Amino acid sequence: MIELKGIFQTYQGPTGPVEALRGVDLHIQPGEVYGIIGRSGAGKSSLVRVINLLNRPSAGRVVVGGRELTSLNGDALRVARRDIGIIFQHFNLLSSRTVYGNVALPLEIAGLPAAEIQARVGPLLELVGLSALADRYPAQISGGQKQRVGIARALANRPKVLLSDEATSALDPETTRSILGLLRQINKEFGLTIVLITHQMQVIKQVADRVAVIDAGRIVESGPVIDVFTRPQHETTRSLIAEIVPQDLPDSVLARIRTLMSAEHPEQGHDGRLLRLAFAGDESDRPLLSEVIRRFGIDLSIVHGQVDEIQGKPFGSLAVFARGAREQLSAAVAHLRGAGVHVDEVGGDLNGGLASVQ
Amino acid sequence: MGGSPVFSNFSQALLELFISSLWETIVMVGISGLVGALIGIPLGVFLRLTDEGGVLRNAGVNRVVGGLVNAVRSTPFIILLVAIIPLTRFLTGSSIGTAAAVVPLTIAAAPFIARLVEASLREVDHGLIEAAQAMGATTRQIVLKVLLPEALPGIVAGLTITFVSLTGYSAMAGAIGGGGLGDLGIRYGYQRFLPEVMLAVVLVLILFVQAVQSLGDWAVRRLSHK
Repeated sequence: MIELKGIFQTYQGPTGPVEALRGVDLHIQPGEVYGIIGRSGAGKSSLVRVINLLNRPSAGRVVVGGRELTSLNGDALRVARRDIGIIFQHFNLLSSRTVYGNVALPLEIAGLPAAEIQARVGPLLELVGLSALADRYPAQISGGQKQRVGIARALANRPKVLLSDEATSALDPETTRSILGLLRQINKEFGLTIVLITHQMQVIKQVADRVAVIDAGRIVESGPVIDVFTRPQHETTRSLIAEIVPQDLPDSVLARIRTLMSAEHPEQGHDGRLLRLAFAGDESDRPLLSEVIRRFGIDLSIVHGQVDEIQGKPFGSLAVFARGAREQLSAAVAHLRGAGVHVDEVGGDLNGGLASVQ
Repeated sequence: MGGSPVFSNFSQALLELFISSLWETIVMVGISGLVGALIGIPLGVFLRLTDEGGVLRNAGVNRVVGGLVNAVRSTPFIILLVAIIPLTRFLTGSSIGTAAAVVPLTIAAAPFIARLVEASLREVDHGLIEAAQAMGATTRQIVLKVLLPEALPGIVAGLTITFVSLTGYSAMAGAIGGGGLGDLGIRYGYQRFLPEVMLAVVLVLILFVQAVQSLGDWAVRRLSHK
């Protein structure tokens, strides 16, 4: 549905040219919710504005719905833009128009006859649950309601693609959830392709099918959300995920383990290892922990962890302190890996291990 | 009129003069304000569109038009009044009288309004223009459906300021026989030593300006939905 090829964007900053985008390639499938996440200044907003050519890239091609936008100008580009709706962080509603008037605006711009406009605005307001507020002005409604108006407005021209530029960043968590729920509903109901720009992993986690991580104008990692969450490759991804799934053990946990280990004198050939287990999907339904305890005769204590779900699939991250015979521990790790669990050694062996933890 | 010693010099003739002067002021201010708005609003829109950050960015054109606007605005009104007499004569057939005074007043008002309109348009959030562009709006649609409606309260407030300023300027129109309340105050109150006429003129002007300002404020309140 959307294809970006070799996108570069340079603009003139106060201290010389700034490279906002440095060779971005993206391929977004029809009907998917595609998240693009990055820190502020990473190039997210530049990227979303390239898709509808509010920013014309310095180099590269933009193809939306089979049409190459970068080859269009003037009227042809304006007409093509009607196929791409956009919602904004600060809603960008006209304060001089009512809720109804704001939703009617894109239809007026498209030159639809008044009767047709009237016939379309009603159902749109109903879709976003604002029929009762049609005559209110934006100043008289809440942030979440404003974004609902924004969504209705973005859908008015029946677009194929909806761009969301930090649409929930100015909203509280509760409202964010309901807006994201609405976007998901629209995505399912109309098969609308949605591109979601955000700096909040929570948003990606709740609605995106696939995600791309942008850093310093480049896509550094991309893939299905569950894969990126459970096996982040890039440093930026890891730090973004850390906001909702802690990637490092808290100091208090490490201190507890240190006391635990110094209090014990392991038998010959025995070992203690601190492991981080990341699992996703079906394997989390298996009683894997009791399996390894029974089969390899080791002790496990869960010292830290979190189990959550992404799009109905469970995923989790557990830090366990494992004790037992050295070869049995290695066998247990191999067994877990064989079952699809991602195992990271946090410590090392008993003697040298905790030094590296510190 | 014996009860009021201050206004005891107010003869019937003077009262009629007062009313006709008030009417002249209303005509001068009203017409020059309206025509000034007809010229000044498009001029202000043009300045905003061609300026940095506008949708028709053009630094060269913007600088030339902006310079012209500044030139007219920096010319003292009393000088403008006489400097454009040939133009006034061409447009109204005479260089003196109330109609003739409307021409320089309009020329003074237009660039003033243009700058006020430009400033109001600058207040419109760029995000709204971006949203309109994303909907596929033409420049004309951006101006008519987004910029002007969003800036309307500010523009009306600017026009109110203009009408009040024009009331002050119109007092100088006496220099070319334009009449009006200010002229009455100077000729009768000052030159004929009738301080009560001067006082009455000032009082009426205060009420007049007060009425204009209240009307303007009311309109802004009605139009603003922020």
